Amino acid sequence: MAQTTPDTGRLIGFPLARIDGPKKVTGTAPYAAEHHPQGCLHGFVTTATIGRGRITRLDLADAAAVPGVVKIYTHENRPRTAWWDRSWKDEVALPGHPFRPLENDRILFDGQPVALVIAETFEAARDAAALIRVSYAAEEPTTDLSAARQDAYVPKQKRNGIAPPPPPRGEPQAAYDRAPHRISAEYWLEGEHHNPMELFGSTVIYEGEGRLTVHDKTQGSQNVQGYLCGIFELQPENVRVYNYFVGGAFGSGLRPGHQVFLATLAALDLRRSVKLELSRQEMFYMRWRPATVQSVKMAADAEGHLVAILHDAIAATSVHEDYQETVVNWSGLAYRCDNVQLSYELAAMNVSTPGDMRAPGAATGFVALECAIDELSYAVGLDPLEMRVLNFVHVDQNEDLQLTSKALHACYREGAARFGWAQRSPKPRSMRDGQDLIGWGMATGIWEATLTQATARARLSKGGKVAVSAAASDIGTGTWTVLAQVGADAFGVLPQQVTVEIGDSSLPKTSVEGGSWTAASTGSAVQAAARAVQATLLRHARTMPGSPLAELSVEQTAIRGGRLVMEINDQAGVALDDILDAAGLSFIEEEAEVAPDAAQAKTFVSYTHSGIFVEVRIDDEVGVIRVSRVVIAVAAGRILNPKTARSQILGGVVMGIGMALHEEGMTDHRLGRIMNHNLAEYHIPAHADIADIDVIFVEEHDAMASPLGVKGLGEIGIVGVAAAVANAIYHATGTRVRHFPITIDKVLFAKEAAE
Amino acid sequence: MRPFSYLRPTAVSDAVSALMAEPGAQVLAGGTNLVDLMKYDVTHPTAVIDINDLPLRMIETGENGEMRLGALTTNAEVAHDPAVTDMLPLLSSAILAGASPQLRNAATTGGNLLQRTRCYYFYDPATPCNKREPGTGCSAIGGVNRIHAILGASETCIATHPSDMCVALAALDTTVEVAGPEGSREIPFLAFHRLPGAHPERDNTLQPGEIVVAVRVAGGRFARHHSYLKLRDRLSYAFALVSAAAALDIEEGRILDVRVALGGVAHKPWRDPLAEAEVAGQPATRQTFEALADRLLAGAKGQGGNDFKIPMARKAIVRALAQAAAGTSQIQAEKRVR
Ligand SMILES: Cc1cc2nc3c(=O)[nH]c(=O)nc-3n(C[C@H](O)[C@H](O)[C@H](O)COP(=O)(O)OP(=O)(O)OC[C@H]3O[C@@H](n4cnc5c(N)ncnc54)[C@H](O)[C@@H]3O)c2cc1C
Ligand code: SF4
Repeated sequence: MAQTTPDTGRLIGFPLARIDGPKKVTGTAPYAAEHHPQGCLHGFVTTATIGRGRITRLDLADAAAVPGVVKIYTHENRPRTAWWDRSWKDEVALPGHPFRPLENDRILFDGQPVALVIAETFEAARDAAALIRVSYAAEEPTTDLSAARQDAYVPKQKRNGIAPPPPPRGEPQAAYDRAPHRISAEYWLEGEHHNPMELFGSTVIYEGEGRLTVHDKTQGSQNVQGYLCGIFELQPENVRVYNYFVGGAFGSGLRPGHQVFLATLAALDLRRSVKLELSRQEMFYMRWRPATVQSVKMAADAEGHLVAILHDAIAATSVHEDYQETVVNWSGLAYRCDNVQLSYELAAMNVSTPGDMRAPGAATGFVALECAIDELSYAVGLDPLEMRVLNFVHVDQNEDLQLTSKALHACYREGAARFGWAQRSPKPRSMRDGQDLIGWGMATGIWEATLTQATARARLSKGGKVAVSAAASDIGTGTWTVLAQVGADAFGVLPQQVTVEIGDSSLPKTSVEGGSWTAASTGSAVQAAARAVQATLLRHARTMPGSPLAELSVEQTAIRGGRLVMEINDQAGVALDDILDAAGLSFIEEEAEVAPDAAQAKTFVSYTHSGIFVEVRIDDEVGVIRVSRVVIAVAAGRILNPKTARSQILGGVVMGIGMALHEEGMTDHRLGRIMNHNLAEYHIPAHADIADIDVIFVEEHDAMASPLGVKGLGEIGIVGVAAAVANAIYHATGTRVRHFPITIDKVLFAKEAAE
Repeated sequence: MRPFSYLRPTAVSDAVSALMAEPGAQVLAGGTNLVDLMKYDVTHPTAVIDINDLPLRMIETGENGEMRLGALTTNAEVAHDPAVTDMLPLLSSAILAGASPQLRNAATTGGNLLQRTRCYYFYDPATPCNKREPGTGCSAIGGVNRIHAILGASETCIATHPSDMCVALAALDTTVEVAGPEGSREIPFLAFHRLPGAHPERDNTLQPGEIVVAVRVAGGRFARHHSYLKLRDRLSYAFALVSAAAALDIEEGRILDVRVALGGVAHKPWRDPLAEAEVAGQPATRQTFEALADRLLAGAKGQGGNDFKIPMARKAIVRALAQAAAGTSQIQAEKRVR
């Protein structure tokens, strides 16, 4: 990536460095809790220390006596808020009862807020919060999925946007029973807890009677705006929410966190600005990827064609909401198979409600699916890659839909070539380098390519200045940058000439930033708005005396070199500034909306795909595991910016390695409490755990996935990675570990512990 | 974090007096452990005695090759000091196996000795813990105890000492110099940390008002045959599940002297000089190492979540000894086990 600045207005596909990068690395990009309004009060939360029960007594005396404490909120004095559940439902709310902090004396999960201290300084608030003494009538909590699975249930109400498992097709059990090659296995994934660098935080600026400016750690400023207006009965025009900069989110900020509720509650009550930032420990009581147990039965005929897949998942949820994600459906669409039976159930436990975490559902489901097909490939005696190629499918058999594109063959081919897969020796434990056992494993990844409804505005001013805006968020994904690129590309200018406005609830409506849909949706909306500006320019240009564009339609024109020109002849055109002058305007601004094509959705569906190849090296004696090489080939339509795109995939792979080897909330089930609630003991990969990651984008042209041809990249990078690592570990050691994360003891001592 | 008063004495005697004057006072060195514990509300010193202005930041080499490391030398300074890498390579290696570069730049020799256990429950004031609040019980027994002790634990506490540096110090001949109200004294390193017994609240044998001034280590021995092998849950920046410091004197394939100290397995760096003595004169072979490992682990007991540590420790001991014998010490920057 030698070139760092483009020399033309052709910006799509250019590896532009992040336009917000300098601000971030110099510490001048303020995050939600880094705004400092005058006279701001500070909050600190006291959390429950039991997993289930009731508060019997709150002793606030010592806390209230701390100098600087302004007020302590508990369920006993909390100001009134909206009564109906529906007023508490945010855009991505779940079936069930939304959690209402400080609502009553009931403790539903450990770590639940039980008091909020507001003080003149952060230190006073924290000191006082530690002095609050809470007495409980404790009941036995349920936090152990291996016990709670006995009472698993099919969620009564479906979560909006999450397809339940399709009905069975064919004769899965019978086909399984008579197949020559079969595997049946259970896979465990421990809960993973969202820990982006930026903690949940809110600065709520009190602007006077019922008027607030809120800086919040969120993936959707408008979602938070709607949520606060619902609960506190405020007028949307009086509540403006910003999230200019978001220090990582990965899904944790899709739903409003309780910090914004608590800070707003206090600000309205005290009529003062309030800041509340949660602690690292409290992150473990927020959203998480639910612990899940999956059983898979899979069978193949003599040649290795899949003849049956039965995949059942039981995932943890809270006692108050039914969190749902798409875990098992992938098993019905990833490979050709005519006998499929899938089920998905929930087990309610005393935990905070799980939430979306990078590729929610798929990241989990592919752990089981891709390990299972790997196991089956050994049973059949086929190379794991050949097994997958043999079972390639060109349609979505679940929904009986065509795919808009699927360049997965190219992913397999290019990934395998770069990795050197052909040199693989098939037998487990057959490759080594001194004391190191070497294992090569692979997996497929799939994620949905979604277009959501999005609106954007584009403005062209004199002198070729461009502004594009939408209430989108940049959660580290590169939204600032790619929107500048789309805007620059549309008007044929350099990105420096484009002002991007995002992260503000007053801007044109978009969905929350999630599901990898922002680049495709908001990007397409910006392009459409730019197109609308072009149409308006043409309308004015046509009426100019002697206009060479008089007879043209907008499709026959283009913007090049500061002029609106005839598409096929740059010579025929009018300078943009002249058009504005002739129309007596200093700028032209248009808004446009994109939405999924309902007619197309009846026959087509879009996915992104990947092929992941992993090498592990494991010390044969002491079991130290190193992921020495990863090659990931991704098919995701058009790549807007190869640099930010690569970053997304790298981050996904790193997180996938963490899923394979490290991440795990360790709960004391007697207490119902997560014990490793800090980043010293809750492990994610350190630099030393990450070696070579090679990212390949295979060519894929897909005009149907979105108007821009973009499919989105935020999540595909993680899907399948954990399974590829596990498959490599099996190939290295001959020990199949089905309980994630695969810690050092599981690999080496699985056998000894069993003896 | 609770309010506290703050003092920054410039003489060791003033620091000692300040500690004696206020029973709730605690010493602050690099702060990498104490400040965390204060933030988590695990400890609440009424006074913080910041010792960073005391003249305790020196590395000296005595005539007999003995090295003296001031209590305020940072872990990074010690690990990268040319005399240390030359005379005490095992110590340097163990330090580099710990924490992260940023932490090692701040953490001190004294603080490393005095750092508290990483037991999850100790860190969480919401749970009972005998070490934090004597008499409340030990939550780790029957709870989450992946990182807990397999040797020398008691019914009141199964915590481990988390240091890497101290494991090397235990394997070498080390003395701790302390200053206190009664003047100065020396504590042999193996007598510095203690087993929990009935008093897990006491990590070591320091008396009230005493501070660590320096540690002295016999240099030059085992410079050829040594290794520090640390097994953990990721390749860097994690405390040891099990670590082994091995040091050998070998002549013509026979063991003259052997040292094995273990980290992550007990309330203190674990050593058994009797078991080591039995091995003297035997061939430096895998069989000998295995027998020594079995002997060292004879009394090991798992707690459920950490049962794997017993076989893991055995393998770590054997491998570290093999590395030491072969003169291929583990290189900490290299993640491959040699
Ligand atoms: C995330 C993380 C990871 C870590 N990983 C590792 C690891 O892998 N291996 C490892 O070995 N360590 C690790 N550490 C621990 C680190 O080594 C210790 O925190 C550090 O050595 C403590 O030194 P300090 O000077 O900062 O002590 P401080 O925090 O200042 O003090 C620690 C304790 O020692 C007392 N104290 C300090 N100096 C003296 C003295 N001279 N006399 C008497 N008492 C004194 C203090 O009162 C306090 O009780 C890690 C720490 C963190 C935070
Ligand atoms: S092991 Fe020791 S430190 Fe941990 S809970 Fe038990 S008493 Fe406390």
